[in-house]
Amino acid sequence: MPALLLAAAENADAPIYVAQNIAFGIIAAMMIFSAIRVVTTDNVVHAAVYLVMVLAGAAAQFILLGAEFIAITQVLVYIGAIVVLFLFGIMLTKAPMEGNEKLSRDNWALGGLTSLVLLGLLGYVLLDAFGEDKLPQDLQPTPTGAVSDSIFGTYLVPFEVVSLLLLAALIGAIVIARRD
Amino acid sequence: MLLNQFLLLAAVLFCVGVYGVISRRNGVMVLMSIELILNSVNINLVAFSAMTGAVSGQVFALFVIAVAAAEVGVGLAIVLAIFRNYRSVDLDDVDLMKG
Repeated sequence: MPALLLAAAENADAPIYVAQNIAFGIIAAMMIFSAIRVVTTDNVVHAAVYLVMVLAGAAAQFILLGAEFIAITQVLVYIGAIVVLFLFGIMLTKAPMEGNEKLSRDNWALGGLTSLVLLGLLGYVLLDAFGEDKLPQDLQPTPTGAVSDSIFGTYLVPFEVVSLLLLAALIGAIVIARRD
Repeated sequence: MLLNQFLLLAAVLFCVGVYGVISRRNGVMVLMSIELILNSVNINLVAFSAMTGAVSGQVFALFVIAVAAAEVGVGLAIVLAIFRNYRSVDLDDVDLMKG
């Protein structure tokens, strides 16, 4: 009985976020499954829909990490704009929708080997470097005001450069895709 | 929550994206795989931001989202140009600069 109490006391000053960990596990499993389907499915439209699931899962992880503004931006920009752009691209290139066209190369096994080696390397390095590092116990949502203060204060010049980049990408996309 | 669980999830997504870039023939599918890679980078940035309490990681994630939007716009324009010239988006057909 004392041992049990001791264990409870140890757990008391190191709270375990059961709900957050379960949510993380479910969302992470969904993201990994959907990501693998994105790169293996034979139907381009299905791949776009699976991509939506990965992006929505990433937004949920951002909320778990307390980054609400990034999560909202992720939903707005990625799911709202980029996936629609992908669907337009699929439609305009008359991609095969029946699912009988070969979308992957014949030597996909070499690519799988490459990415598995990369995964092993990354996993080893991450476990070695950040083994048991914990996120702060009192993880609070980041106020959006702090993010905007940082953008328009410290990172004002990069922000303007990004807006110029978007303008250049807009003009470049029109010039490249124009029919002449 | 451990920091590593987010980093390992991002590593898995990154490797899946790399596999997609290598093994897909369709140009649109390659762009989708690149989106997977950029997303895993975003998860890393936000996780480190939560770890250190600094906002810079989130600002960089926003920049990555903006650059990804620009990249998809130009990338799909290039795929459309390829489709117009070759009547297909199979990247194996595009071997003009192959020695």
